[in-house]
This record gives sequence, structure tokens and C-alpha cells, in this order.
Amino acid sequence: MLLALLAIGMIAAACSSDEDDGVAAVAASDTLKTVLDRGTVIVGVKDSQPGFGNLEPDGTFAGQDVEYAHAIAAALFGDKSKVEFVVASASTRFELLSASEIDVLIRTTTWTSSRDIDLSSSFTATTFYDGQGIIVNADSAIQSITGLEGATICVTSGTTTEINLAARLAAAGVDHTALTLAGDAEILEAFAAGRCEAWTGDKGNLAGQRSSYPADLGGPESLRVLPETLSKEPLGPVVRDGDTDWYDVVQWVVFGTMAADELGVNSGNVAAMAASPPSKDIANLLGVGFEGGEPTNFGASLGLSPTFMQAVIGQVGNYDEIYERTIAQIGLARAGSLNASWLEGGLIYSPPIK
Amino acid sequence: MTIRWGKDLTDLGLLWRRRRTRRIIIQIAIAVGVGLFVFYMADKARDLDDLGFDFLSGSGDFPLSTQWLTNYESNDTLLGAYGAGIFNTVRLVVIGIVLATVLGVLAGIARLSSNWLVAKLATLYVETIRNTPLLIQIVIWYTVVFLQLPRVENAIEYSGLFYLSVKGLALPSLTIDGSFGIWVIVLVLGAIAAFALQWWLHRKEEEGGGSKHAVAWAFLVFTVVAVVTYLLTGTPLEPDTPQVVITGANIYSVKGGIQVEPEFAAVLLGLVIYTGAFIAEIVRGGIQALPKGQTEAAAALGLSGYQRLTLIILPQALRIIIPPLTNQFLNLTKNSSLAVVIGYPEIIFVGNTMINKIGHAAPVYLMIFGTYLLLSLVISVSMNFFNRSVQLAGR
Repeated sequence: MLLALLAIGMIAAACSSDEDDGVAAVAASDTLKTVLDRGTVIVGVKDSQPGFGNLEPDGTFAGQDVEYAHAIAAALFGDKSKVEFVVASASTRFELLSASEIDVLIRTTTWTSSRDIDLSSSFTATTFYDGQGIIVNADSAIQSITGLEGATICVTSGTTTEINLAARLAAAGVDHTALTLAGDAEILEAFAAGRCEAWTGDKGNLAGQRSSYPADLGGPESLRVLPETLSKEPLGPVVRDGDTDWYDVVQWVVFGTMAADELGVNSGNVAAMAASPPSKDIANLLGVGFEGGEPTNFGASLGLSPTFMQAVIGQVGNYDEIYERTIAQIGLARAGSLNASWLEGGLIYSPPIK
Repeated sequence: MTIRWGKDLTDLGLLWRRRRTRRIIIQIAIAVGVGLFVFYMADKARDLDDLGFDFLSGSGDFPLSTQWLTNYESNDTLLGAYGAGIFNTVRLVVIGIVLATVLGVLAGIARLSSNWLVAKLATLYVETIRNTPLLIQIVIWYTVVFLQLPRVENAIEYSGLFYLSVKGLALPSLTIDGSFGIWVIVLVLGAIAAFALQWWLHRKEEEGGGSKHAVAWAFLVFTVVAVVTYLLTGTPLEPDTPQVVITGANIYSVKGGIQVEPEFAAVLLGLVIYTGAFIAEIVRGGIQALPKGQTEAAAALGLSGYQRLTLIILPQALRIIIPPLTNQFLNLTKNSSLAVVIGYPEIIFVGNTMINKIGHAAPVYLMIFGTYLLLSLVISVSMNFFNRSVQLAGR
């Protein structure tokens, strides 16, 4: 009886106090300050997707998402190694972000309206325009989606993939059965045994799986990705809502790498370009004056050092260098894809820096 | 005995009072500790931004690979999806409990057999299965057994009656057609009439005059009623045989009849064999707990081994077996959640997909928690009812 009364009293006390909300709100918009004070940036990443976020055999993380984590560290501290990686699963990633366990989530997360609006998260610049695709055996007769009538298609669980597949195939009038297995390993087993005729996932993921397909099952040549793209999956870093300074920093680091790619600034020539910038745009990007003029306050207005992009490009590289080191290695070329520069018909486009 | 506070508290000779004071102090400390913990958890729970359940009326948008007794489509609500998940779990749990009990009882008795080979085989089964993780067993069943079945184009078949392939086992079934409902109603009435007839004939038997073949007459009446009504209502059951169909770009599959997917079969097999091993030990323990005199007396009465088991030993052993048996049934219910690994769409699977769609994990986890609690309570209550009926009178 005494215990019950005590417990009820405690709960009532907890419910009536509301100072915590105010404290939490103030802390959220100060992420930039918190990170700068801490000296490292905590980034949520994936550990099992080659090309994007993968744990290498030597214990380091590699992939485009990981490279951008290093880029943010270079921008903040001038040292790309000041990153702490946290492996975030598909089901806990948003919880980790909103609980401030991580500062930024760079984990092949698709930008959707419901995630942006409902989940108190803000999506910054898109680093990779992905789309869902379907992969089949190279020697099967399936040439397009309509050939999948009556097929069983394996899907990884816990992603928007299941929903996209159902919607797109229903729209095309293709009757199918979706089999959702826990992970890529189980899917490969079932696919190799003939349990499913195809499997679906984001094309970035499919490319990674294909590039590492075991030789005794036929190697990469035995798989073929169907031409259709079933969905739009723009991937990019995600931060918490209400955190405008931090949002700006992350977004403009990404845009900075894209601008560098467009202007021809890379890790090899950034030092020379900074010493004598050939154009006003490059000067603005690198935080130096052009032909004796004053530099813009690009870096300072973000709360960073004026020459932060020099550290980013010098230590990590521009968008193209990052892409070639990571995604190109799994067989996805930039040329002709959505991830080509806007000058070549793609969607990689940075707003002007001035 | 009254307490005089000042003097007695400091009187070292009165040991019992100090013990009581000590107890009171400890209880207050624990109460405060628990209270602080509850306060802390309640405070943390308030930080969860959304515990609302309105998302349940949203559209599901994802299909389920298999369903039982439910009719969920992609455009139905999330609540419908969750309901389909519940039915899938119930299908697994009900069949699993029945088969696991049968297997466990047989294995338990086998371990006590006087046949050396049978006893050793049963021991090997129990010890191997009990001591290895269930998740691994399920995955092994799936990848090593069911995924190795031939593709549909080379399926193991028997003249169009059943097909066994990597996509599952297809068996013929009956489809309901037309006035099935009327036939069922007449069947029920016929069954009642047959029981009544059997009871009446049995009464007549007891009054004397030799056997009146009560059961035979009742059965005959029931069968005649069933067949005649079936024909009169226009044969409302049609056979549905499975067929191999080729769709799309040369894709083979089996349509029609009852389909047992390899995912369901793998989880069922894993659960039954695993839980059966535990039940075997419980049964063995229950039987061995009986005094040896029972077996000896039964033998002295001239009862055969089978009669001894079913008339003397098992009925008494049931008293000891049922409570731990309930535990195993509850374990089986919760272990069914491992089906998520190989894609059988039960509760946890549907829950995870829902979480990924809406982003909030807390309300879904609460739903799952409540569902398993309800399922388990139903099983416990039924088993407790059964338990009470086998207890010794007066306990």
C-alpha cells in the first residue's frame, strides 16, 4: 500500500514538471557549438553497404557517406579524422538522431516528405540520386518489369523498398509475390536456390551486391539489373529539426564539394588555386580574395574558419574524387546517370557561393 | 506488547524490536528506490514525441507474402496488416503446440523405452536440439533443407495431386461454393440429432436387452444426413487441385490448392523439434516421478505396456507435467517471432515494417507487447483450467 502510494506520487511529480522541454529545445539548436566544443563529430553510418557505408576488413569505415563524414570533420576542425562513427540500423537511425546520440545521420537514408516532416529531421543536400531497381539472373528471359508476372521477388525488410515494389508493380498490372527476408545474405541464398526469380533494392545496394557476388555462383556477370527504376531515392545527410546553424554547415560542406567539382578544383590543385585563384567563384569557394579584393565571409558566416573548404578538398576531395573512390568502385559510373554534374545533364548542382 | 520509544530503541537486549525497525527501514528504502526509478522512466517516456495510435488507420502499402484466414491487400489499413500478422502467428502457434506436444510425448516415452536403440536415439535428439540455438536451427532448416528442393520446373509431383518444390508444397483442397453455409447448418443439426440418438440408445442399453449399437446407428444417421444434404444443396465443395503455371518471362509457379510455403514449414519444423525436445524431458521427468509401485502393480494386474501407459502412468504423470508444459507453450509462442529472419509475416515482421513506414517505434512495440501478452494469457488460462481438472481432489 505504502509502495503504491509512493509510486503514484512519484509519477504525478514527473508528469507535472515541464522544465525539461525548454532545456532540450535550447540544446538542439546548439549542435554546432556542442560539436565544436567536443572536438569530434559523431556520425551515424551503415556498416554493410559497399560503396556507401561499409566496415572494411581492416576495421575502418569506407564509402561515400563515410567520406562526407570526414569532409564535415575537416570543415569543422581542419582534421578529417575527428569523426566518431556509430553504426545505425534502419529501425533505430531516426531515434538515435532525435535523442542526440549522433550529430548527423549519413546512412543511405531516403529523403521523403513523411520523414522530413513527421520525424523532426531535416534533410540536407542530396549526395546520391538513387532509385530502386530489380536484379535478375543474366541468362533469364526477364527483360523488363512485365516479365515478372507471377514471380516471387525477394526484398530486404525494414525499408521503403517493399512499399515501392508493391506500388510500382501494381501500377504496371504485374501480379507478383514479395518475399521479405532479414538481410542480404539470406536473400542471396534464396535467390541462388531459385526461391525467388529476382530481388529488389536500391540500385546502389544492388551494384554493391553484384560487384561482390561470389565467383562460384557465377560472379558479377551472372547478374543483370533491369532497366526500370522503380522509385526516387535521394540520399543525403540528415540532421535534427530546428538546428539551422548545424544544418547550414552540413549542407554547404556538401554543396562546396559539388561546386569544387564543377569549377575543377580538386585535392591536387587546391593549394595552387588558393594561392592564386583563377576566378571569383573559386576564390569565394576557397575563402580567399580575388585579384586583391576581399574574400567573402562564406566560412565565417557558417561559424567556421574562412578557408574551411580548402581543408575539405585538400584532405577529402571534391564530389568527383569522392565518387570515384567509392561508388565508381562498385560499378556505377557517373556519366549518363542522375549523379553526373548538371553541366553534363545530371542533377549534381550547387547553388552559387557568393 | 507496547513500545516505549525512547528507552526500548536503545535497549540492546531487545533483539526482536531492532529487527523490526531494520525491516521497516529497508522497506522504506526499497520503496523510495522503486519510486525514483518509476519517476525516472516516466520522465524519459514523456520525451517520446508520439505515442499516438492514429497511424493504424493509414494505408498499409506493403503486401504480405502469405496469409491465413485474412484478406489483407496493399491498400488496406495498417491495422488490417497487423491483424493478418496476428493470424499468421496464431496459425504457427496452434499447429506448433499440437505437433510439439505429440513429438515431445513420444520422445519422452522413447527415452524410457527398454529398447536400447530407441532410447539412445531419443536421447541424441533431445540433447542435440536442446543445446543449440533455435534461430540457427530455423535458418538451417530453411537453407539446408527447404531451399535445396528442386525448382518448380523439376518439382517432385504425383500425377497432378501434389507438388513439392523450392516454392513450397502444394496440396489439393476444397473450395467453398454456393450454399455451403446451409450445408454446415444442417450438418450441425445432424450432429446434435446423432448425439441425441446415441444417448437415447445408450440409455436403452443400460435398461437391459443387449447391445443396441448406439454409436453405429448415430454415425449412420449423421452420414446419411450429410450426404443427402450435400447433394441437395448442389455439391457446395469443389476440389481445387494445384497446377503448374508459366507466367511472365518463363516463370514457373504452382497455383491452386493449399500452398505451404517453405518459410512457414521451416519455422514450424524448427519450433516443433526444438520445443518437442524440452517437452520430452518434462514428460520423462513426470513419468519418472511416479512411484515404481504403480508400474509394478499395473504389470501385476496383467495390463499390457500400452494399457499401463495410457490408463495408469500418463494420467498420473499429467499432474506433474502440465505446469512446465504451459511454460513450453508460452516459449513456443514467443519463439515464433524468430520467423522474421526468413520472412514469414508474423507479428514482429509486420510490426517492423510498420515502424519503418511511420518512423515511431514506441507505439508499435507497445502493440506487440500487448498482443503477445494477450496470446500468452489465453494459453496460460486454458492450461490452468486443464491443470485444475487433473489435480487431486481436495488440493
